[in-house]
Amino acid sequence: MTSFLDSIGYGRWILHVLLLLPVVGVVPVLLGREAWAKWTALVVTLAEFVLSVGLWWSLIPGLGDMQLVTNAVWIREWGIAYRVGIDGISMVMVLLTTSLMPLSVLASWRYITSRERGFYALMLTLLTGLLGVFIALDMFLFYVFFEVMLIPMYFIIGVWGGTNRLYAAIKFFIYTMAGSLLMLVAIVALVWRVRAVTGQMSFSYSYLLEHASAAGAAAPWLFAAFALAFAIKVPIFPFHTWLPDAHVEAPTAGSVLLASVMLKIGTYGFLRFAVPFFPQVALSPAVSRLMVALAVIGIIYGALVALVQPDFKKLVAYSSVSHLGFVMLGIWGMTLQSVQGALMVMISHGFSTGALFLLIGMLYERRHTRLIADYGGLARVVPVFSLILTLVALSSIGLPGLNGFVGEFLVLLGSFAAYPWATGIATTGVIFAAAYLLWAIQRLIYNRLDDRENEHLRDLSFRELAVLVPLVVGIVWLGLYPRPVLTRMEPASRKFVEAVMPGSTPAATLGATAAIPGSGR
Amino acid sequence: MHLTHMVWLAVALPVAGFLVNGALALWRPQAKTAVSVVGAGVLLAAFVVALGVFAGLSNDPSQAPVIVRLWSWLPVGRLKVDFAFQVDQLAAVMLLIVTGVSSLIHLFSIGYMREDPGYARYFSYLNLFVVFMLVLVLGSNFPVLFIGWEGVGLCSYLLIGFWFSDKVNADAGKKAFIMNRIGDFGFLVATFFIWRAFGNLDFAYVSEHAATTLAPGGAVVTAITLFLFLGCTGKSAQIPLYTWLPDAMAGPTPVSALIHAATMVTAGVYLVARTNVLFAMAPVSSAVVAGIGAVTALFAATIGLRQYDIKKVLAYSTVSQLGYMFLGAGTGAYASGIFHLATHAFFKALLFLGSGNVIHAMHQAYHATHSHEDAQDMRNMGGLRQYTPVTFWLMLIATLAIAGIPPFAGFFSKDEILAAAFARGADAPVYYVFYGMGVLAALLTAFYMARLMAMTFFGENRTGERERAHLHEAPWIMTGPLVVLGVLSVIGGAINLPPFIGGHAALEHWLEPVLEPGLRFSHLAMPTGSAEYVLVGAAVAIGVIGLWLGFRVTLGRSIPVARAAPPDRGFARVLSRKYYVDELYDALVVRPLVWLSRVVLWRGVDQRVVDGAAVNGAAVVSRLAGGGLRLLQTGQVGVYVVLFLVGAVWILRAVMR
Amino acid sequence: MPENTFLGPSLALSAILFSLGVAGVLLRRNAIVLFMCVELMLNAVNLAFIALAQFHGAGGQIMVLFVMTVAAAEAAVGLAIILAIFRHTQSVDLQNINLLRG
Repeated sequence: MTSFLDSIGYGRWILHVLLLLPVVGVVPVLLGREAWAKWTALVVTLAEFVLSVGLWWSLIPGLGDMQLVTNAVWIREWGIAYRVGIDGISMVMVLLTTSLMPLSVLASWRYITSRERGFYALMLTLLTGLLGVFIALDMFLFYVFFEVMLIPMYFIIGVWGGTNRLYAAIKFFIYTMAGSLLMLVAIVALVWRVRAVTGQMSFSYSYLLEHASAAGAAAPWLFAAFALAFAIKVPIFPFHTWLPDAHVEAPTAGSVLLASVMLKIGTYGFLRFAVPFFPQVALSPAVSRLMVALAVIGIIYGALVALVQPDFKKLVAYSSVSHLGFVMLGIWGMTLQSVQGALMVMISHGFSTGALFLLIGMLYERRHTRLIADYGGLARVVPVFSLILTLVALSSIGLPGLNGFVGEFLVLLGSFAAYPWATGIATTGVIFAAAYLLWAIQRLIYNRLDDRENEHLRDLSFRELAVLVPLVVGIVWLGLYPRPVLTRMEPASRKFVEAVMPGSTPAATLGATAAIPGSGR
Repeated sequence: MHLTHMVWLAVALPVAGFLVNGALALWRPQAKTAVSVVGAGVLLAAFVVALGVFAGLSNDPSQAPVIVRLWSWLPVGRLKVDFAFQVDQLAAVMLLIVTGVSSLIHLFSIGYMREDPGYARYFSYLNLFVVFMLVLVLGSNFPVLFIGWEGVGLCSYLLIGFWFSDKVNADAGKKAFIMNRIGDFGFLVATFFIWRAFGNLDFAYVSEHAATTLAPGGAVVTAITLFLFLGCTGKSAQIPLYTWLPDAMAGPTPVSALIHAATMVTAGVYLVARTNVLFAMAPVSSAVVAGIGAVTALFAATIGLRQYDIKKVLAYSTVSQLGYMFLGAGTGAYASGIFHLATHAFFKALLFLGSGNVIHAMHQAYHATHSHEDAQDMRNMGGLRQYTPVTFWLMLIATLAIAGIPPFAGFFSKDEILAAAFARGADAPVYYVFYGMGVLAALLTAFYMARLMAMTFFGENRTGERERAHLHEAPWIMTGPLVVLGVLSVIGGAINLPPFIGGHAALEHWLEPVLEPGLRFSHLAMPTGSAEYVLVGAAVAIGVIGLWLGFRVTLGRSIPVARAAPPDRGFARVLSRKYYVDELYDALVVRPLVWLSRVVLWRGVDQRVVDGAAVNGAAVVSRLAGGGLRLLQTGQVGVYVVLFLVGAVWILRAVMR
Repeated sequence: MPENTFLGPSLALSAILFSLGVAGVLLRRNAIVLFMCVELMLNAVNLAFIALAQFHGAGGQIMVLFVMTVAAAEAAVGLAIILAIFRHTQSVDLQNINLLRG
């Protein structure tokens, strides 16, 4: 495979093609007939996926550096350039995005019935924005993509959403915008600080990373700005309240992409920018205690609030708050295991929560309600749906053997050395996860079938199975054999851990922490 | 065939069964013959393979565990978790018990579930259960064991709620899963402690290095073992997490026999035996294990005295017997714990399947007359021995076994545990208390079993005039497996005959390679000579007295049918309501938690504070500010121009200065 | 420096014209008149540019060309808007046009 990719020069063009293709695809979507829009979008996103698959083999094994790097001047005077490249972490996130995109398009097939051209054009724009965020290596470019991603989502929620869509869309937009503007200020401030020390103005990620110590006394403020932007995106308690509203109002595809990919941009931002730029701040006792505390609060709080939601979509939204808490804990656990675990949670959450949103969307298309109380006893009527829902819920609960367990286990295992109490409390999240999801499952598919309207629901169609089966396969595969993914991410994770915790040689990072009594860092 | 191939084959067979039956359940639910052949066939084949594994291991002079690495599961830096199986003497015993008892129960299910519309689904779940149970006993490290550990919990959940249209059943399944999850929390934390201390999660590594890595009696090993034991209390239904098991009787009866008596619930005992060196190094934890075991044995036995549902009696009996196993394991007599696990698997599976036959007969009778009486209530039974004679004799054997009457299987295993507890009392007197509790529980066990037999099989029949004609013995496919279990309940004690009657403790010697690391830390001097005879004599006497009292008290007065029965009064009421523990948990944990989540966290913190005060508050402030500023926006061009001019002049002034 | 530059008178005239324009914009309510006053101000600025261009090079003259272009465009758009407003309200009195009131 590698030699085939080399022979077509894959590494040289793939990232640009991935970014450009969706934008180009917007033209036929907008100009073509209304009925063709979804077909065009499907073809483009599928092509995008097929093209991106090659990335799996295109990284040099064992190398944690950025690869497939391109550097083209954009605004020379300000040191802004079109710099893109990937490492193991961004490669996996890119694949997650490209694999979920065709499924989202398919999930919108019947759900979106008005202004289809606009919808699919926005979806494609969103795809470019999402991919750009993961592969940009220039802070200016990153910021541009960060905003590009925001605007289509705003319209997707605001135009095709539910009854309270405007409130949700504006809340989502202002929340995210407030964070990202602060981040822009921080980026510019960092660039100027670095210029003041080195005499060169550059928005280059690697250059800034190298000289980030120039931030000096401003570092805590800059970190705070970055952290706030990403904390809103993740979302970390107490910046999470946009999420349930946005999820409930968004159409299925919007919810899927929001949960599966966009939330990860927050945690990705912490991993890629906020922590590596300012490690002294991020790992200072006060900040790390605060972040770990917020992560644990998020885990428990999200789970408990999910427990009492009458609306299934809102329940899943709050469960996201809980799951993303694990990611934050893993990042601040700062061992190779916990960071790898955090990345695994990001991927598995993409699969299982994406699948949950797809499933509830399919139910909504049939019954036009998301209230759990309106269902019950569905297992008799729609067995295949119930089977998949149960499997996906179990993966979300973290049943070992399915994907959710791998990440959670690694996060907790890796964080335990540094934060035994916080990790111990976070582990109770597994109990609450079982409680809220099994209770919901019971009220949806078990119990007596007492609503006559539910008696004649159709089971999943071929198209719906085509959407779900890839996710189910991924859920089982990642649960039983996550090794290929883990080994591809490991060099980059190792580089992250070593970069932010200098002095921790690989052996020390992994082993010596085991011997340190759990006194907290 | 080589041992390694047999090991994975033993797991692969039920996997195949699960996949085939699962596919049939979705697309050909009526193909019951195919389902039966596949479902029971793979298990019988797996049992044969297990025999091969056992033979292979006993022919291996090195006695070293065989590790079968299938693939690398969670490799992260120094953490190397392989999906690997480990076959040693302990695993081989469990392998035999699991595949053997499962095969019998699969055969029984063919008859018991014949009429059920979910037949294929039932067998696919049952096959899946065996898969996870085998992963549990074969896993070579903590995470792989945990796959099985949670997997059996999942199957238990699915099978308890098998008839999910009834909310009670679905509730029971959910309760089982969540209570097990509380235990799993303990298991996970223990795993994290072990990783921090050892930097490795393999059983072999931990057993080998425990002595050099951990301080005996230290805080770390005590924490590890206590958290592990929390896991055991969930899975093996010990105080305080036992309440799910009686509710779990909502599932089909063969499921109760297989999962909730013979195999899954004993996983906790297996885990303690598996990590025996850690428990042996933590005397405090061991005492906790023994204490909880003894208290549970006694506590559950008292509840069993006053239950009317035949399966509920057996459920509390199971909780109680599991308590014995933990008493043994906590005492350091790990082999005795496993011994009792094995004999209990035989006689308790027999009791459950026997009760299944009884319920089957009762259900058929009520079904034939369209009556809606409770087919499981013993007050509606009575005198059944003439209608179901085979079941009666077999259940009588099991009753004698569980009551500890020689020479039946339960006598030897229970006696060993009590003797060990008594012996341990020499170094730690608290064990004398545990011993006393165990003896008392043995008395109660004999009593409630006699009560069960008396109410079910003796006296007048209370089923009803018309129904009586429809009471029949179950078909051979259901009685056949019972006969096998009956034979095992009689002769099962032979696997570990004590020296005082000429045996040489075969099981104990067989398990020695596995238990040796633990025995180095806590050697147990078993009583010999006259002390031993006194203990044995006392145990037998207790059993006989309990049985005699039970029959006498139960048959001494007339029993009203369930519909006409007056409610219990006084302490009997407390017992029949199970000490109100469920109500207590509901009031102390469940309701406050839901209230906290709904009222405080969601409506309070989320909607009022974060969203109401902070987020929408910011919006209100912005709106007020905008409302003030908009007064400047008059819409009159003239006003704008004046403002513009003023501004321009002001800037000019600033520039000119 | 050339003797006869008319610089002083030119700038004075520019200032007068500009002030006239400002006064017109401030005081008149007829949109057309107001519009013409804006043009007057622009041309006052143009005059100042031309006058000063003698000393500061051709930049000022080029700027004038820009201003004239923009003014032409502005006139076209502005008059079109006024026409549209007139069609709508039958009046060009600015007092009555306050759609932008907040």
